[in-house]
Amino acid sequence: MDYESFRHFADIWGLVYLVVLFVGIIAFTFRPGGKKGAKDAANIPLRED
Amino acid sequence: MKHAAQVIAVAAAAILALFGAAFGRDELFQAHAWILFFVLALAGYLLLQRKTSEDAALIPLKDGEGGATAYMDGPIRYGAVATMFWGIVGFLVGVVIAVQLAWPQFNFEPYLNFGRLRPLHTSAVIFAFGGNALLCTSFWVVQRTCRQRLFGGDLVWFVFWGYQLFIVLAATGYLLGVTQSKEYAEPEWYVDLWLTIVWVAYLVVFFGTLLTRREPHIYVANWFYLSFIITIAMLHVVNNLAIPVSLLGSKSYSAFAGVQDALTQWWYGHNAVGFFLTAGFLGMMYYFMPKQAERPVYSYRLSIVHFWSLIFLYIWAGPHHLHYTALPDWAQTLGMVFSIMLWMPSWGGMINGLMTLAGAWDKVRTDPLIRMMVIALAFYGMSTFEGPMMSIKTVNSLSHYTDWTIGHVHSGALGWVGMISFAAIYFLVPRLWGRRRLYSLRMVNWHFWLATLGIVVYAAVMWVSGITQGLMWREYDAEGFLVYSFAETVAAMHPYYALRVFGGLLYLLGALIMAYNLYQTIRGRERQERPLVTTATAAQPAE
Repeated sequence: MDYESFRHFADIWGLVYLVVLFVGIIAFTFRPGGKKGAKDAANIPLRED
Repeated sequence: MKHAAQVIAVAAAAILALFGAAFGRDELFQAHAWILFFVLALAGYLLLQRKTSEDAALIPLKDGEGGATAYMDGPIRYGAVATMFWGIVGFLVGVVIAVQLAWPQFNFEPYLNFGRLRPLHTSAVIFAFGGNALLCTSFWVVQRTCRQRLFGGDLVWFVFWGYQLFIVLAATGYLLGVTQSKEYAEPEWYVDLWLTIVWVAYLVVFFGTLLTRREPHIYVANWFYLSFIITIAMLHVVNNLAIPVSLLGSKSYSAFAGVQDALTQWWYGHNAVGFFLTAGFLGMMYYFMPKQAERPVYSYRLSIVHFWSLIFLYIWAGPHHLHYTALPDWAQTLGMVFSIMLWMPSWGGMINGLMTLAGAWDKVRTDPLIRMMVIALAFYGMSTFEGPMMSIKTVNSLSHYTDWTIGHVHSGALGWVGMISFAAIYFLVPRLWGRRRLYSLRMVNWHFWLATLGIVVYAAVMWVSGITQGLMWREYDAEGFLVYSFAETVAAMHPYYALRVFGGLLYLLGALIMAYNLYQTIRGRERQERPLVTTATAAQPAE
């Protein structure tokens, strides 16, 4: 793979991959019903010792 | 003999160091090998002298599941002391080089001139002070939030002592003149290789603990710590790719050349800021802030957004260190745009930390540890606002290469990294040694004000100095000639450089008070003092 095609691949598909991944993660974080799990997780440090 | 295997390993390494001293290809390598030999000989002697086993004061795991096992806190105790020790070394060297800049006659050739002491200062505060703070707090946090003993047994001790050896080799190397002259990555190839081994062991300990956790969810602080460990491994290995001239020589040549070398270096350099000085310490904040405030973080989901946004954005911001250089324009603009986008997660995270105190703001007044964390977050917010602003090319054309950059770095390092680490260590020490409380809360208060005042003096002075410098450098007269010679701009800096020494001294003094306070706490003393907030002023209900 020469530089130009590698660059092209990174420009288009690398960008699409990272954006979809990021948006997916954020959407998953704010999914309906995620609030309770988040609340539980937030209390992890306070439950010990 | 209790540590037979360890003693044999240290002795073997010491003999190898002797061979290095005997057959080294250059004087610097020989000198460095001698230092390594004596350090290892001392380590072996101390190992032989050791009688008692560690974990004298065991803190048991809370639930019955762990049986007789306990948290592994020995290395954390050592780490807390090492953090304090290297912190004072680093701050002291900082004051010394500030003096050298203001009064050049304090440069002592050849070992103690500015050029050699400056990397000693930066590495001592970032990697020795900050690194030990990260090591010991990450070990504490991952055990408590996973409800599991550290994975790896004695490997944890290897990580701690291996890291101290790295610090000693790096520091002595700088003074001898062993450097590959990459900023924040000055150690030569053999020290780099050693750090790689130690770092992989660190990753094994941390990741192993996560894998064997007894808490289903991995708390967000651990995400930040893990990303810091993994990313630093990647950055360190790639930026230090080099071919040594000889296997017994101190000199190596980088695998990169020209602008590729510069870009790799600042990809490394900025992410050392992003993942070492930011992500790691955010892990600290997301654990110790809720712990000390005794309330969960304001929004757990915001902390997840904070995490992923930082991870996705930070790695691209490095090119802003190379504005108006041979780096292609598009890459410079890319670095600038990503830096500006970092405003959002940084401020989201700062607000998340501060709002943890929602409904408990009185703690800022009554609890000096909370006050330290709040000022740390305030400086996190300020320096992550200032940084993106300075990455804008037009602003950068004024600020770059001036003292403004130095002021910016110190508001982040002294304000954010320093203050959050101090708070975490103050939190840890009484618990690690099983003490009821710190020796003196009033001394914490003194430390807080001395450090804060020191930072404010430092940052404000460097702003004035930096902008003056930048404006003088670009001042042209009607005929198009530069108005000031470089020496004139240096002379104009003198009063600011003298004031900077004062700011640094205040910060150092605060750290010395902290060391005394911790020493007394460890000894189990409690200072009889008037409480910081008397009950009369503490509980005044609103009308």
